[in-house]
Amino acid sequence: MSQPDQQSPSSQSVDNHRRQFIGTSAALAALSVTPGVMVYGLAHSKPDDQPVTNKVRWGLLIDNTKCADGCTDCVTACFTANGIQLPSVPPKETDPQWIRKVELKDMRTGRTQSLPVMCQHCEEPPCVDVCPTGASFKRADGIVLVDKHICIGCRYCVMACPYKARSFIHEALTDQKPDVPRGKGTVESCTLCVQRVDRDEQPACVEACSQAGHKAIIFGDLNDVNSEIAKRVAGRVTMQLRADLALNPGVRYEGF
Amino acid sequence: MMAWRASHRMWKWMVGILVVLSLSIGAYAVASGTAEKAGSGIQPTIIIDKSRAGDKCVEDTAYMRKNHMKLLLHERDETVHFGIRTKKYSLQNCISCHASSVDNSVIGSDTHFCQSCHTYAAVSLDCWECHSSKPKPQPVAIAAPVPAVSVEGNKK
Repeated sequence: MSQPDQQSPSSQSVDNHRRQFIGTSAALAALSVTPGVMVYGLAHSKPDDQPVTNKVRWGLLIDNTKCADGCTDCVTACFTANGIQLPSVPPKETDPQWIRKVELKDMRTGRTQSLPVMCQHCEEPPCVDVCPTGASFKRADGIVLVDKHICIGCRYCVMACPYKARSFIHEALTDQKPDVPRGKGTVESCTLCVQRVDRDEQPACVEACSQAGHKAIIFGDLNDVNSEIAKRVAGRVTMQLRADLALNPGVRYEGF
Repeated sequence: MMAWRASHRMWKWMVGILVVLSLSIGAYAVASGTAEKAGSGIQPTIIIDKSRAGDKCVEDTAYMRKNHMKLLLHERDETVHFGIRTKKYSLQNCISCHASSVDNSVIGSDTHFCQSCHTYAAVSLDCWECHSSKPKPQPVAIAAPVPAVSVEGNKK
C-alpha cells in the first residue's frame, strides 16, 4: 500500500506535464492543419446551443445618398432569400411587405429620394404591445418577430405598426424555404434574416446592396461601440422614421 | 325416476357448456387467423428510406413514437424565441433523414414517413402548412466542415 502512495505524486506531475504538452501541440496542429475550421469557430460569436442576449442589439443604417433611384436589388434579394413571390405589377394590397422602396419628393424643390423601408425593429414595438396572444415578440437581441405557431391572424399588429411593415398571408403557400416557414393565416414581416444572423451572416438586403456596389445599408450591433454601425451612428446625424413616436427603431437613416 | 331426471339435466348442461366452449374457441381461432393474415391492418405501415443518411434515430424508436412531438415543441420555442439552433431535435434534422428518396418529401401520400403514421392515427399534420417538407439543399445541410461557406458569410 505504501509504495504506490509514495510514487503517486511524482507520477502525477509527470502526467500533467505530458498532458499539457500534448494539449498544446494538439491545439497548434489544429490551427495549422485546419485553418478554415478554426476561423469558423472563432468567428461564430454565439454557439448554437446558447440563447441570444440583450448585450447585442442588431440594427441597420441606411444611407439615402447611396441608395440609387429605381434600384430594387435589396427587395429582390430579400424576397428571393426568404422564398417570397416578388411583388406584383401593379402592386396589390395583399402583397407581402417585408421590404419596399419608397420614393420621397420635396414638393418645393422637386428633389427626390429613394429609400428602403422594412420592419424598423423598434425597442418599444407597438405590434408587440397590441398582440393578444403573445405571438408578436421582441427577441433579446432586438429583432422583432412573429411566432407563427401562436399567431391567430387577427392583424391587430398590422394596424398598430406605423411603418406599414407587416402583411398577412391570405392564401395557402407551397415550396417555402426550409429556413423560412411561412403559412396562410399568419402575419409576417422582415425578420432581419434572423436565420442568417444566427449563423453570423448578414441580412440578404445588406449583402445584395453591397454586391451591387451601393453599400447603402450596413448591418451590425448598435451596442458594440467598435462596430461600424455604432461608430457611424455616434459620429453623424442619423434619423429615425417617426421619431416623434419614441419607439427607438433599430433601423436608422442618414443623408436626408 | 328422480335420479334419471337429474342425470338427464346434467347431460343437457354439459352439452350446452361444450357447445359454448367450442364456439368461442372457434371464433377466437378465426379472429386470430385474420389478424395474423392482415398484420399491417392493425399497425401503421411506416416506410423508412434507408438510402438517406443515418442508420438510427436521435432517440430509441419507442421513445420517438411517444415523444417526438414534445421534442419538436420544445425545440420550436427555443429556436423562435431564443435563437437556439441545435440540430439534434430540429425539424430539419428529421426531414433530412426521413424524406422519401422518390420525391424528396415527408408528405404527399400514405407511404411517406410522417403522413403514413398520422393518417393511421387520424392526427392532422399542421407543420407542413408553413414548414418546407423537403430537406435543405445539400451544401448547406452539411453541419460540420463548411469553412468556405461560413467564412464567406462572416464579413460583418
